[in-house]
Amino acid sequence: MYGDENEVRMKKIIGAQILLEVLQEQGVEVIFGYPGGAVINFYDHLPDYSCRHFLVRHEQAAVHAADGYARATGKVGVALVTSGPGATNTVTGLATAYMDSIPIVVFTGQVPTPLIGNDAFQEADIVGISRPCTKHNFLVKRVEDLERIVNEAFHIAGSGRPGPVLVDLPKDVIAGKYFKKKAVQPSFKGYNPNYNGHAGQIQRAMQMLFKARRPLFYVGGGVVLADAAAQLTDLACRLNIPVTTTLMGLGAFPEDDYLSLGMLGMHGTYRANMAVTESDVLVAFGARFDDRVTGRLDKFAADAKIIHVDIDPTSISKNIDVDIPIVGDLLDVLQKMLEEVKASGEKAELCAAGHDEWLKKIAYWRELHKLSYEQDDIIKPQFVVEKISQLAQGHDPIISTEVGQNQMWAAQFFTFTKPRSWLTSGGLGTMGYGLPAAMGAQVAFPERLVIDIAGDGSIQMNSQELATVVQYNLPVKVIILNNGYLGMVRQWQELFFDKHYSSTQMNHAPDFVKLAEAYGALGLRARTPEEVEPILKQAFAHPGPVVVDVVVAAEENVYPMVPAGEAISNMLLV
Amino acid sequence: MKHIISVLVENEFGVLSRIASLFSGRGFNIESLTVAETDDSTVSSMTIVTQGADHIIEQITKQLNKLINVIKVVELTESVQMAREMVLLKFAVNSGAKRLELLHLVEVYQGRVLELGSRSLIVELTGERTKIDAALEVLAPFGIKEMSRTGMVALARDSVK
Repeated sequence: MYGDENEVRMKKIIGAQILLEVLQEQGVEVIFGYPGGAVINFYDHLPDYSCRHFLVRHEQAAVHAADGYARATGKVGVALVTSGPGATNTVTGLATAYMDSIPIVVFTGQVPTPLIGNDAFQEADIVGISRPCTKHNFLVKRVEDLERIVNEAFHIAGSGRPGPVLVDLPKDVIAGKYFKKKAVQPSFKGYNPNYNGHAGQIQRAMQMLFKARRPLFYVGGGVVLADAAAQLTDLACRLNIPVTTTLMGLGAFPEDDYLSLGMLGMHGTYRANMAVTESDVLVAFGARFDDRVTGRLDKFAADAKIIHVDIDPTSISKNIDVDIPIVGDLLDVLQKMLEEVKASGEKAELCAAGHDEWLKKIAYWRELHKLSYEQDDIIKPQFVVEKISQLAQGHDPIISTEVGQNQMWAAQFFTFTKPRSWLTSGGLGTMGYGLPAAMGAQVAFPERLVIDIAGDGSIQMNSQELATVVQYNLPVKVIILNNGYLGMVRQWQELFFDKHYSSTQMNHAPDFVKLAEAYGALGLRARTPEEVEPILKQAFAHPGPVVVDVVVAAEENVYPMVPAGEAISNMLLV
Repeated sequence: MKHIISVLVENEFGVLSRIASLFSGRGFNIESLTVAETDDSTVSSMTIVTQGADHIIEQITKQLNKLINVIKVVELTESVQMAREMVLLKFAVNSGAKRLELLHLVEVYQGRVLELGSRSLIVELTGERTKIDAALEVLAPFGIKEMSRTGMVALARDSVK
């Protein structure tokens, strides 16, 4: 209330200050941003607060950095940009975060409210533009609403199925004066995500699972987002059930465990895709039956009963009919499942003991077609990723990727053992994601080894951020698997378009070593297989940012490969 | 198959656009959509008529529920709903005989005459969609000059719940 006595005694501050105070209350330590006319009041007051601000070189990178920060920490990432082009540059970042359910809040400047709709300088209807690629968005029309809306934005971003939220801030709102009130828990008429898994459904699921002869866990990014990897691992190990993860689920189950089948889907392992095809009970945990995972739908786990656990009801029975749906938080459901296991005693033990034949079959598949490559006198990209995986152990690595072959080789040949150590644009497939995401993760964890596994095509989509990592001495290691091609598209052209390499040759790339040096980073190059290990060691030991240009075999392909729309048991193996 | 979905939403800036872009973005079909405030001015009610197989309708209701501003979604099956729409029709009428015949038919369909001019006639019809469709077929030969149709509004019936 305006006339409240307490408020009369309080001092009015401007919207920008209210925003900064709310950010502080929300525990925001880091903002990735880029100033401009519409947000100049914010930047005027920023130095008075404890939030650290990282000045990126392009607004898209601010959003990816906030996204990388969020994936690595589990906290809500924050970006702030100006109006118009600043705002429209965030769209790819928002869509990336939306597809992968990453909690971020993006603040955009806006022209003053009286000018909205007048085609004012640097005006863009960013609320309209970003509507389909945000979980929710807001236009703050009055400074009186600012505090409430910012709190709602953080709540929506981080709760339920997480996602990006955009808050549009007209200049007169962040310059207008009002009171900072006491923080109140936001409440919504129509938003109340269900965290509690239904006990009866969970019991039914467990009874089905106990009886299964060929059970399989299919684990997606939901398990990582819910911080339920430990419970998932515990359940799989207690019941002796093999686990395959999606691209987004990598790290949710330790890949050095004998129950790990690696990734499934278009570039999944032979054993994972065969195990899905022959399973009798498939349990999907926080996965969404994406087309890159399932291939031809009617052949996907065709003989299996399907149990699907997800916090988002829209994911259930969207692409594939489910026998037992369970809506709830993965952590809650997995805890309840573990309780069921403990309570059922002998049944669970019998279940765990009853999968020998199934595991033998999987071991046979494992030996039949391992992920492999032949290392000759030209460096193979898979060899580089394997070397990175070996040399990074013990440094608590975080791996980010760009998109394409580099991403798939990283997913296949790096051994992931920990959740929140893998940053990749899974759903949207955004080239240029890796470097800014690595930057965000490195800000959160200055001591960890953060590596962007890149391609020579993708890295050029956000290479300007080398300036940012140098400015803040973020010791990110960019390893470019340089094959001179847009490799994944070239691979499709080779396999399905008679080697018609139309527009996929990158025959005018910069000298990446000189590029690194121009920005003030260390640039290194490996040309022979013998050079790979010492160069990587040198890069990892260097205290600042490094770009390593690795000259790899030009026409190496990612295998296995399921042609789009085929059954996933139908793999091209070489 | 036709489905009627009744949606209560927060009466906020941009809500209609969120609903419309959900339908267009996901390739769902909208046959008609009506919006109006409820007795609570912070809440609006929408009635959406759509078509699709059961699993599509299930996705539509789930996706609607997922929108932050959506308070409640109810799919109204035919047995439990009362649904009406209204149409306003303008006819050009020159001859007296034709006018009498038209007025008689309007009466049969329990319509109302809103304006009776020397050369034209405006008529209001309310009813179930099938009745409106039937009336339009019968009235078409009289030469409908202009038409404005509301789309459907619907409520669940308490008696059969």
